[in-house]
Amino acid sequence: MATTDIHLHQDVHHHDDGHDHDHEHHGGNFWTTYIFSEDHKIIGKQFLITGIFWALLGGTLSVIFRLQLGFPDMNLDWLKPVLGGWITPEGKLDPEFYLALVTMHGTIMVFFVLTAGLSGTFSNFLIPLQIGARDMASGFMNMLSYWFFFASSVIMFVSLFLETGPAGGGWTVYPPLSALPQAIKGSGLGMTLWLVAMALFIVSSLLGSINYISTVINMRTRGMSFTRLPLTIWAFFFTAIIGILSFPVLFAAALLLIFDRSFGTSFYLSDIYIGGEALAHDGGSPVLFQHLFWFLGHPEVYIVLLPALGLSSEIIATNSRKPIFGYKAMIGSMLFIAILSFIVWAHHMFVTGMNPFLGSIFMLLTLIIAVPSAVKIFNYVTTLWKGNIIFTPGMLFSIGLVSFFLTGGITGIFLGNSAIDIQLHDTYFVVAHFHLVMGSASFFGMLAGIYHWFPKMFGRMMNERLGHIHFWITFVGVYMVFFPMHYIGIAGFPRRYYSWTNFETFSGFTDLNMLVSVAAVLTLAAQFIFLFNFFYSIWRGRLAPANPWNSNTLEWTTPRNPGHGNWPGEIPAVYRWPYDYSKPGAKDDFIPQTIPYSETPESNLPHETELIKLESTSGDDIIIQGGKLEGNH
Amino acid sequence: MMSLIIVLGVVLVLGILFLIFRISTLVGIAKGKKEELVSPNNGIHAVLFVVFLVGSLALFFWYSITRFHLYTLPIASVHGKETDRLFWITMAITVIAFVIISIIMFVFLYQYRYNPARRAKFFPDNHYLELTWTIIPAIVLALLIFTGLRTWNDITGPASKDAEVVELIAQQFAWTARYPGVKDKSLGKVNYKLIDAVNEFGLDLSDKNSFDDFKSLELHLPVGQEVLLKIRAKDVIHSVFLPHFRVKMDAVPGMPTQFKFKATKTTEQMRDELGNPNFNYELACTEICGRGHFSMKMSVIVEEQEAYERWKASQEAWLKQNPDYLNKVPAELKEAAMIKAGMQADPGAGVAAVKE
Repeated sequence: MATTDIHLHQDVHHHDDGHDHDHEHHGGNFWTTYIFSEDHKIIGKQFLITGIFWALLGGTLSVIFRLQLGFPDMNLDWLKPVLGGWITPEGKLDPEFYLALVTMHGTIMVFFVLTAGLSGTFSNFLIPLQIGARDMASGFMNMLSYWFFFASSVIMFVSLFLETGPAGGGWTVYPPLSALPQAIKGSGLGMTLWLVAMALFIVSSLLGSINYISTVINMRTRGMSFTRLPLTIWAFFFTAIIGILSFPVLFAAALLLIFDRSFGTSFYLSDIYIGGEALAHDGGSPVLFQHLFWFLGHPEVYIVLLPALGLSSEIIATNSRKPIFGYKAMIGSMLFIAILSFIVWAHHMFVTGMNPFLGSIFMLLTLIIAVPSAVKIFNYVTTLWKGNIIFTPGMLFSIGLVSFFLTGGITGIFLGNSAIDIQLHDTYFVVAHFHLVMGSASFFGMLAGIYHWFPKMFGRMMNERLGHIHFWITFVGVYMVFFPMHYIGIAGFPRRYYSWTNFETFSGFTDLNMLVSVAAVLTLAAQFIFLFNFFYSIWRGRLAPANPWNSNTLEWTTPRNPGHGNWPGEIPAVYRWPYDYSKPGAKDDFIPQTIPYSETPESNLPHETELIKLESTSGDDIIIQGGKLEGNH
Repeated sequence: MMSLIIVLGVVLVLGILFLIFRISTLVGIAKGKKEELVSPNNGIHAVLFVVFLVGSLALFFWYSITRFHLYTLPIASVHGKETDRLFWITMAITVIAFVIISIIMFVFLYQYRYNPARRAKFFPDNHYLELTWTIIPAIVLALLIFTGLRTWNDITGPASKDAEVVELIAQQFAWTARYPGVKDKSLGKVNYKLIDAVNEFGLDLSDKNSFDDFKSLELHLPVGQEVLLKIRAKDVIHSVFLPHFRVKMDAVPGMPTQFKFKATKTTEQMRDELGNPNFNYELACTEICGRGHFSMKMSVIVEEQEAYERWKASQEAWLKQNPDYLNKVPAELKEAAMIKAGMQADPGAGVAAVKE
């Protein structure tokens, strides 16, 4: 395989050998290197930078509507230069724009930040580096994947500036609200752009996922069996499979919605009287859309969460200087979660008028999914046990992730229980639940990943102290934002309310709402510490050592700034799993995957000593096998 | 001018922060401080995690206990007691699990913070442990599922035949109730194509059950009797939320839904219990429905049976309020319609009176 492989990438090696400091200037001009690049690392960074842009925008939108909720009497005239007509003459936020803000915050965060920004960044960046491949299976498709995402981003961004505002029917865009421009302004052109942007987004996501899957299956280096893959790769692999199976359903849902909106079909519409006239639509079902939407929407939660869990598994193991506890159980629980994620969607719909019998089935399946999630938490905690824990910023954010996953996860047991959900559905309890378990946990996973792999991405270290400050403000801030929402939710406060003053029942908790808003502002402000650190370190950070965290995985065997093709010479072979940390008898507390068992007789376990005999022969086997696979391309 | 000063101030502060950052970095370099794998401040985070654990748990319990009355709504329905009981059972189980796991995790973080003299324990797996924490959550969850299922089936089961039927109609951005009327006690047919500015129900006046239906902008309910809410929407999806009764059900255009429940306390009883003479039950919309979503309210009044019946009897039929619509009634039913709507004395009743 080695020969085939080198042959395939000969030109690349020619440039890379010994030139790792200026490799990026070889083989292409600025446009092909940085813009229309087919190098997975550049594409990963493109996703990352775009994701950071969207995260900042999504966070800012949330702070604007938090001002309204925390300080309903505040004069917002000072936002007029930015928001213009969306600030009423009395200096208040327009209620319809409030809904648009909520909608865009959700859409941006779920899709553009936590799907594209997280999975797009790290799947692209880490899969070839961690499995030992020169690049993705198809660099061109990978490039297309980013540019479809970019086009989608541009359209979604443009929709923010429409006179009628962006989509405003909630990120779930339930018709008929989203289908009828007479129902809400945002359902006009804003919704059209939303649907077009999402269609492009889905294309981008599918192109990416197909690439991730084929790369993981076909392009692993010699010795990198599936049971030697780092958990990050397992997580990206499952995520891509879930994405391939679920995003097309959203595409179908969006397509039918486009038909209903523009071509007079009645997939989702029936018996509607609005704006003084009865519409001709007949026989459709709004609940059909919800089924289709949540058939993606629930797996989407895991599309967002699994990569974060994968990243944190790797980071926690590395920084506890211990193997991840229950490697196979971790894979098993991810597999189980991935399967179950497809058959729990209707727990979002207990009180939509769906047949109650379906409700009981989905309640059963939903609560089952708590078991593998619990297993994951226990495994993380056990990994910390008797570790030698180093609190790098990446580690801190991974710990934050586990904490959020726990706090937000257990409230899922309430919501998954249909009888309890009657009261809690669409209240702030739900808002608290999913922001912690999926929003903040995944966001922390993304930050952990950035801190941990920044040295590989840019060849420099981020400032550690700023990272620590960033973590503590954000960690406490996120809890201050979302924990109080549980109380507000138990008290019944409905979500997506512009103000609660119309209701006596919801007249309390002005203090908590104020606290939440202040915490949200502070948390957003703290992200600027990160932004500074990130961009400053790209150019001025301390030069990174080859293996800054003493980690076992393959990406740390590449040069400081890996060129196109990743390894200047032959791709290293893999001889062991990635979690040989603190192995008894070993000299160092880590043994990289590239070290054969024959070189570590002092630390081998009995069954590993057996493997030494097979190392040369089995290595040959794999070489032949790998050669075949390579040859098929 | 003011904003200019603010902007300048912010720029100044940021500049100073940046300088501090630069200087501390440069001082570090000048001192020849070698950046090591483990920062000398590593232990601080371990301590901070413990401080965070103690502080946040203390805050959590203090607030949860002292403000209990603020975030719990009184219950005013039969099934609400059941769902709240389930809620608090789940709360007890999850809080115990949450506290135990949190303490273990944060204590581990402290106890096993980096120590150069120590080496981590190589502990890749243990099947007994893994089986234990797969099976225990599975059993606990199974218990929760089965109690939850039973309650859910009771709540969603069919309503009894003598349940009081009330129709709730949602539209942007108001609720309307339609009562079947005291004469026939059944709701007349409706058709959305018949809706106009006046006939907001889309009442089909060729159906004789529609003649005595009456409209109300307040939801009146009898205490202690099963109520079946028939729910529909005219334009977009809305959702009926009666927080004190633990009732929630979407109102979907084209797909009528329903929810049955039994109120246990009248408005008066609740006022006495809470010591708040101004207390009122409310109905809120909980599905995003447009600009006025947050103001879509209906007052709810729960009364004793007799008071409820009296109120119903005192309401005018919709047809009586809108006599123009009599011409939509088929000719042969017109008289019956007039009688049922209370626009004309019932000759039969006159005969009966004479007989007496």
